[in-house]
Amino acid sequence: MTTEVGSETEVKEKAEETATQPDQPEKATEDNQEVANTENATAEGGEEEEVVVEEEEDKKEKDGKGISRFLPPWLKKQKSQGQVVANETSPTNKVISEATEEEEAPAPAPETNGHIEEVEEKEEVQSEEVKQKEAESTSNASADTQPATEEKVTESTAQSPGEAKSATEDVKEEEQQQKKNEVEGKSTEPAATGDGKGTADEGLSSIFQSPLRLVRRNKMKLVVCHVALLDGTDFPCEVEKRAKGQFLFFKVYEHLNLMERDYFGLTYKDSHEQRCWLDPTKDIKRQIRSNNWQFSFNVKFYPPDPSLLTEDITRYLLCLQLREDVASGRLPCSFVTHALLGSYTLQAEHGDYEPDQPQPLDYITQQSFAPNQNKEMEEKILELHKSHRGMNPAQADTQFLENAKKLSMYGVDLHRAKDSEGVDIMLGVCANGLLVYKDKLRINRFAWPKILKISYKRNNYYIKIRPGESEQFESTVGFKLPNHRSAKRLWKVCVENHSFFRLNSPEVPPKARFLTLGSKFRYSGRTQTQTRLASSLIDRPAPNFERTSSKRISRSLDGAPVINITEAGSENGHEPHLELHSDSKSPMRVHGQNIYVRHSNLMLEDHDKTQEDVLRHQASISQLKRSFMEAPPPSPPQPNQWEKRFSSSPAATLRAQHHPPEQPATAQVEIEETHVIQEVSKETKPATVTVTVSPSPDAPEGVALQPEVREQEVVVVVEEASDTATRARQESVSSESESDEEAEYQPNLPSPISHTLIPEEKEEEVEEVEREEQGEQEKGVEPDPITKETAPHPIEASQSAQDVEERENGAEEEKGETDDSTEDPMMTPDEVPNGHALPEEEAPGMAAMAEEEEAKVNGESPMADSEPRPQVICCSEPPVVKTEMVTISDTFAAQKTHITTKEVPIVHTETKTITYEAAQLDNNGEGDPGVLMTAQTITSESLCTTTTTHITKTLKGGLSETRIEKRIVITGDSDIDHDQALAQAIKEAKEQHPDMSVTRVVVHKETELAEEDE
Amino acid sequence: MAGFGKFTHAVVRGIPTSLAKEALRTDQLDVVDLEKAQKEHEVYVDVLREKLGLQVIQLPADESLPDCVFVEDAAVVCGDTALITRPGAQSRRNETVAMKSALKEMDLNIVEMTDDNATLDGGDVLFTGLEFFVGLSKRTNQKGADILADAFKDYVVSTVPVLEGLHLKSFCSMGGPGLIIIGSSELAQKTLKIMQQMSDHRYDKLTVPDDIAANCIYMNLPDKGHVLLHCTPEEFPESSKAFEMLKDYILIPVSNMEKGKVDGALTCCSVLINKKAHV
Repeated sequence: MTTEVGSETEVKEKAEETATQPDQPEKATEDNQEVANTENATAEGGEEEEVVVEEEEDKKEKDGKGISRFLPPWLKKQKSQGQVVANETSPTNKVISEATEEEEAPAPAPETNGHIEEVEEKEEVQSEEVKQKEAESTSNASADTQPATEEKVTESTAQSPGEAKSATEDVKEEEQQQKKNEVEGKSTEPAATGDGKGTADEGLSSIFQSPLRLVRRNKMKLVVCHVALLDGTDFPCEVEKRAKGQFLFFKVYEHLNLMERDYFGLTYKDSHEQRCWLDPTKDIKRQIRSNNWQFSFNVKFYPPDPSLLTEDITRYLLCLQLREDVASGRLPCSFVTHALLGSYTLQAEHGDYEPDQPQPLDYITQQSFAPNQNKEMEEKILELHKSHRGMNPAQADTQFLENAKKLSMYGVDLHRAKDSEGVDIMLGVCANGLLVYKDKLRINRFAWPKILKISYKRNNYYIKIRPGESEQFESTVGFKLPNHRSAKRLWKVCVENHSFFRLNSPEVPPKARFLTLGSKFRYSGRTQTQTRLASSLIDRPAPNFERTSSKRISRSLDGAPVINITEAGSENGHEPHLELHSDSKSPMRVHGQNIYVRHSNLMLEDHDKTQEDVLRHQASISQLKRSFMEAPPPSPPQPNQWEKRFSSSPAATLRAQHHPPEQPATAQVEIEETHVIQEVSKETKPATVTVTVSPSPDAPEGVALQPEVREQEVVVVVEEASDTATRARQESVSSESESDEEAEYQPNLPSPISHTLIPEEKEEEVEEVEREEQGEQEKGVEPDPITKETAPHPIEASQSAQDVEERENGAEEEKGETDDSTEDPMMTPDEVPNGHALPEEEAPGMAAMAEEEEAKVNGESPMADSEPRPQVICCSEPPVVKTEMVTISDTFAAQKTHITTKEVPIVHTETKTITYEAAQLDNNGEGDPGVLMTAQTITSESLCTTTTTHITKTLKGGLSETRIEKRIVITGDSDIDHDQALAQAIKEAKEQHPDMSVTRVVVHKETELAEEDE
Repeated sequence: MAGFGKFTHAVVRGIPTSLAKEALRTDQLDVVDLEKAQKEHEVYVDVLREKLGLQVIQLPADESLPDCVFVEDAAVVCGDTALITRPGAQSRRNETVAMKSALKEMDLNIVEMTDDNATLDGGDVLFTGLEFFVGLSKRTNQKGADILADAFKDYVVSTVPVLEGLHLKSFCSMGGPGLIIIGSSELAQKTLKIMQQMSDHRYDKLTVPDDIAANCIYMNLPDKGHVLLHCTPEEFPESSKAFEMLKDYILIPVSNMEKGKVDGALTCCSVLINKKAHV
């Protein structure tokens, strides 16, 4: 939501500018210039560019008003991107952008009502934004380029009709806006004047401008950050309000004279008093949200072996952090260890023990060594201190670290959680993996290599476990976090720790080194390996630094987010349901995912297996599944294949737990839809849209829902193939990726790797992104983690229809289409490209298509997009599908060797799978597998649809290929117009990726049969 | 880890005559020959004292405590801290009294289990030098393990289920730094897997055919190096051969025939302590 907040106000403000400065259309060309400039991407340029993009988003926001909340996030981005691209390529872009705008403006407007409260929420933030915006435009003006003034004009024109149409808009809101406008009008005027006069900046008497600003070239609004350093001092630091976290990091590092930086981070307290890590790639302001610019400098990744650090100053800072951890009790240790660590601290800070020093205990008692420090301990500390005579501070620090690193909780970041049975546990994230604690006992441990996937949904957190040597199947372990935020925070920490500690082996190609996990989040820093390498190149005399006598006492101990075990316990949103099956608040929503379908995918992911193995696995799984499906609904629980499989697992530590379905009232019919659209685009025509989807005549029928339709699934797969040059250019247009590109901590990261076209997601939306570990490679393979369902769900149905297994069990008559199914975009990196046309092969056809389709790019219902290209259409209507919901929890693996797989509820459903496929994709089974560069998954949800976007990028030859798969699950009863929803989904997909083509649409419909049918 | 296996003292206890008849046992198959058992124990203590040069503190046998010879269950000593346990078997609770006073005299930090719900047998505690594994068995519960974790805060304490057999150490023990000696039964192997999964460290394993033979006493003594007390070829011919794989070890077969009948293993009969020179 933050984005929207910012955008909206900015839009208003711009509108003001335009109003007050109607004589600026001549800046249109300059606008183009600016866009061009941004491509040259200096750090500054990047920022400007981002501004442009945001402005365009703003327009959209403006147009859409409250409805923007309901619009798929990617729409915004798409538009902005399209616009900028247009700017690049054509000087007449103004027309285009205008057209685009006008086209979209009216559509959302009628739906505005009912979202005023959102606007009101934004109200408080607005003034801030205004200032910010003002500063921004001023700086832009001074920087020779005009900040998209032309667009402002366009905007205002596009805007007015949009506003006029939003008759439903609350009067109150309009009033607010008017007020706002008045205020903004005042503040923007000077800025606009500045634009015109250039050198007359001093004339900007705006109260928002500090005198300091005037000297600077960039007249951003400054704000003073306070960073609590590890020695207890406060470091005030001026940053621009729009500055990214990176900037503050820099300032702090600079201040500390620290070169081995990657182990450290900055934390802030969020609005719920939770400590969060500041993301260097994002605007500070958007992260802190509270306008509380207080930060804390902390160790983020505790090096497992501090002796490998290069510089003493780094070790010193680590010591400071650990001293605090120990003194606060976050890092528990025994009496003896407390004393020993304390003695090294004394040695480092005070030097040799001075026997004649008066009252030697004094300086000890003033220092905090342990949570339960007492005289006895202090005496012991002194005694040990004596024995360190002659040790220099660096040596003492080293000794300190050698002892501290062995402590059981060293570097473990604890998170409060519950297991699937509601038992209070702690999840500890560390360099080696994920640890599960009950009280003080470690009850389980999942090493990173064991973890295939991490995901969260709402307040549930899931890890998918790689099967053991003799195990055949993955299992998924779920935990319940106090709330969504804590689940997300845990997920983030896991992603970062995994990235830092695990993705570090030198043999890994640099492109695979980064987790691009979709969502807005990914680890942006260097991995440990990289930072070690970088450290080894440090060539400077050891910096002088002063070891201050610990001021820790005065420092609030909440500085480190590490082991903040008290978090979130009392927060609202904590659901009483500790089980993993969430009975959703809205009966309309289906979060269906099924474990055993996923297994098949996971088999595909396994790099260690040969292709044959994979196929064999698939076969056995599908066999298993089929037999499962064919089994009569077991009314009395009886051991099934799954149980056998579990019990035969040698570890036998998995406990499968099923969640009895709460059969919803028949009045509530749930529908889930998944669209599959694959798009392919060619780099020579980056701006054209090539749609290869031509839904068969069956499509509407397939989508049409009977009242009893229970679930429909539509997976949209978008595939893009373009050369790196194009990619880079496109990236320069997408704001998020651009900022990542600038990140200083990705020296080895080839530019094309950065993600593109990632739909911005709203904060409220449940996002669920997953990480896959494939040896050392990362890739998201499956968009959805196991999700629990309120009602029994045809799991197959919620799976992507491309899944081989699913096809098989779904429809035997589909056999002819197996070729297509092997094109599963969710396959391993090796496999992904296999099923798809190499860009070169596609080129002629695509170009032709592009021309054909060009006119239809925007706003056309996909249903109307008849395509002459050959299509593969597979329709299947499997008679009855039984559904399984399994949640496996491994929490107490060590405690419980019994496997309790309960019988799985079976529900009769009807499924229908329709696949539309561009035929040219079939030719490339032989294609070079290419190298997986990135894979990411983004999930967003709105009222009745869940959209999972899965983006896989591979590098083949010199070409980078991007495949985007969207799975849209439409859930709801018959009130929803599913035809329209499907059409909308496809349309959105195309709009979002105008330069890509839809290569496949799979409609999977699940209809729950009435109970009496059984 | 460097100091793993270094011991200076051993606490042992005599065999009461009640052992033969009243000692707790998992099976009633063989009658214990008390005399033989006492002789066996004498040899055991002799090895510790004479062969290995440890200072042996011998507690007198207590007739009311038939199992009192198995001192290991009464206390867990690591470093300067001694945790006085609360044995899982009611009849053995009082064994800790003498142990506690003995350890107190040695100037160890004594931690007691005051929680009435907690039970812990030292036989369920495997200290690897880097971390603890606590078997959750008939004799040891979660609470007891938790108290152990609190007593030895510096170390990771992981729990592993012991579904069969008496104790965790009924089928495993440490055979050196980073070396776990493990029985070959399915249970033992499964447990080892769990331990390996739970640990941040890597352990080598030495699998011996007989579970009980996997219970050995490892020491690393000055001017002796690696020392391993293990079963005799008479008891377990196959298993005792397996130890020959350990090069550079002083292998000392010690008979445990009679005590083994009442579930006593080699480690059960002593509490080993490493005291710094000044004590």
